[in-house]
Amino acid sequence: MKASEMNIEALVTDGYEALDFSQYTAEDVRGALAAEDVQPEGFKALLSPAARPFLEQMAQKASRLTREHFGVNIQLYTPIYIANYCVNHCAYCGFNCTNHIKRAKLTPEEIEHEAQCIANTGLTDILLLTGESRRHSDVDYIAEGVRILDRYFSSIGIEVYPMHVEEYEKVHEAGADYLSVYQETYDRTVYDEVHLSGPKKDYSYRFNAPERGLLAGFRGVSIGALLGLSDFRKDAYCTGMHGWYLQRKYPHAEIGFSVPRLRPYANSGAYKSLVHDADLLQVMLAYRIFMPFAGVNISTRESRSFRDNVITLAPTKMSAGVNTGVGGHDGERKGEAQFEISDDRSVEEARAFLASKGLQVVFNDYVRAF
Amino acid sequence: MDGFTLGPKRFHSRLFLGTGKFPLANMRAVIEAGACEMVTLALRRANVGGEENILEYVKGGNMTLLPNTSGARNAEEAVRIAHLARELGCGDFIKIEVIPDSKYLMPDNYETVKATEILAKEGFVVLPYMNPDLVDARRAIEAGAAAVMPLAAPIGSNKGLLTREHIKMLIDEIDAPVIVDAGIGKPSQACEAMELGAAAVLVNTAVATAGDPVLMAEAFKEAVRAGRRAYLAKAGRVLEYAGDASSPLTGFLGVQ
Repeated sequence: MKASEMNIEALVTDGYEALDFSQYTAEDVRGALAAEDVQPEGFKALLSPAARPFLEQMAQKASRLTREHFGVNIQLYTPIYIANYCVNHCAYCGFNCTNHIKRAKLTPEEIEHEAQCIANTGLTDILLLTGESRRHSDVDYIAEGVRILDRYFSSIGIEVYPMHVEEYEKVHEAGADYLSVYQETYDRTVYDEVHLSGPKKDYSYRFNAPERGLLAGFRGVSIGALLGLSDFRKDAYCTGMHGWYLQRKYPHAEIGFSVPRLRPYANSGAYKSLVHDADLLQVMLAYRIFMPFAGVNISTRESRSFRDNVITLAPTKMSAGVNTGVGGHDGERKGEAQFEISDDRSVEEARAFLASKGLQVVFNDYVRAF
Repeated sequence: MDGFTLGPKRFHSRLFLGTGKFPLANMRAVIEAGACEMVTLALRRANVGGEENILEYVKGGNMTLLPNTSGARNAEEAVRIAHLARELGCGDFIKIEVIPDSKYLMPDNYETVKATEILAKEGFVVLPYMNPDLVDARRAIEAGAAAVMPLAAPIGSNKGLLTREHIKMLIDEIDAPVIVDAGIGKPSQACEAMELGAAAVLVNTAVATAGDPVLMAEAFKEAVRAGRRAYLAKAGRVLEYAGDASSPLTGFLGVQ
């Protein structure tokens, strides 16, 4: 099959129901750990319960691969939320349209002011986010936001609602080169259940968004599942395979993985922890061993102690100076936050922390080539 | 050590150092331990006017900067990045890296030669990073490259001289310095490349991921010198053991 003709959605999700992690043995895990180039079967073994007693060996291998491919570098970035209006009703999200939180949208002047505040901390890599509402945050508004950020930052990513290719082109031309779109879960049934209403109900449109971004010229895509919505092993496997096929079809693309898990949010009631630290660690290590060249992002939703302990093992990127509300880098928040963060370290604190781990903070690793 | 020339400049150190994988604070000590005169840096890592700017850590002294076009996916992007490097005062040396493959980071020889031609005409001293293909290397030199930089193995792999025979062809056939770049994992491998007749070797990961990068840089320095001296000394012949002469093929000559 020509790579250009791959139907990645079918390749990744058709076998979801039948995925079975119980069949793997310690021998399979040892085989995957010894392999130079881990194939999908080995990746599955590394995600299986049979790999749990091998977490230490996985960590050793992952850490070595990370250093080989990325040196001691950790890239620092921060998100900027420019709007939190949302038309989706996602059962797990604090921004969802039925939650009566304070909604806001920054004006161009306010975006510029926020950008200045963030740029003063030394960061050069920024991720622009909105809630998912085409009505409140149309493509032109997002492109305008990117153009403003472009004056202050060298590398710009976006995490907004999925778009058509032509729309992505518009935002790319404004200066954004990295695209984050998270499928949340690859389980079609659960996907339909937790996305109660709104355009996000369209599984396929979201699934294929990273591809549309690459077709529009974006340099890299970041993908991930919100672990805990469905069977985390299945979702981690599908995320890895999604990245694997994207790289095969678009060999130039920079692939990144994010590893969010369910966290508490405004009006969410009881918090049910489904994915334990060891589970999350296993997933991160398996991503690294399966795709040694891929970026791995560790979120501030994770506790400081968890971040401190995993930072040398697989991550290549971490956020600092994070504020998930709309506005507020000068202390005045206009709209409420999407979720609570667990690690509120400033850029300076993050830098000191990385140095204490023998890591090199990287502010800039990007040059505009288009 | 005997020198060699790249563009307008004469080099005496034959160990080039890549800088992308070190803690910046270590850089100076590693460069000194390796007695390096040329260091590469990815222009994408420069953070001009900002913090932790790699440029500040590698500039100065007798050091020649070799900015690379890492991040370029085609010739056009490489040319654009080279222009930026010049604007930032990085000099006229440029290492072309055109890498449309995010997994093994394999270079695109075709686009690399295209970029070489454009930049050489603009007065850059162009060093193309490439797959060691003899035909493409000839094209690169025809296009104006000052040297060729063939990979020994995939970047960062520390696998050594996997492309040995192909690199040997380049050394034998190309009338320009051949600088072995990428994949060299140990001083013994660098030494071997120099024994083959490479003009220089470039290492990064092998030093950066060593337990003691400073000591490893020193080890590479010595290995490169030893390999160069061995090349200059012309290696003694390697005995090939003759077969059993019970039925000599030239025995007929003795039959009168």
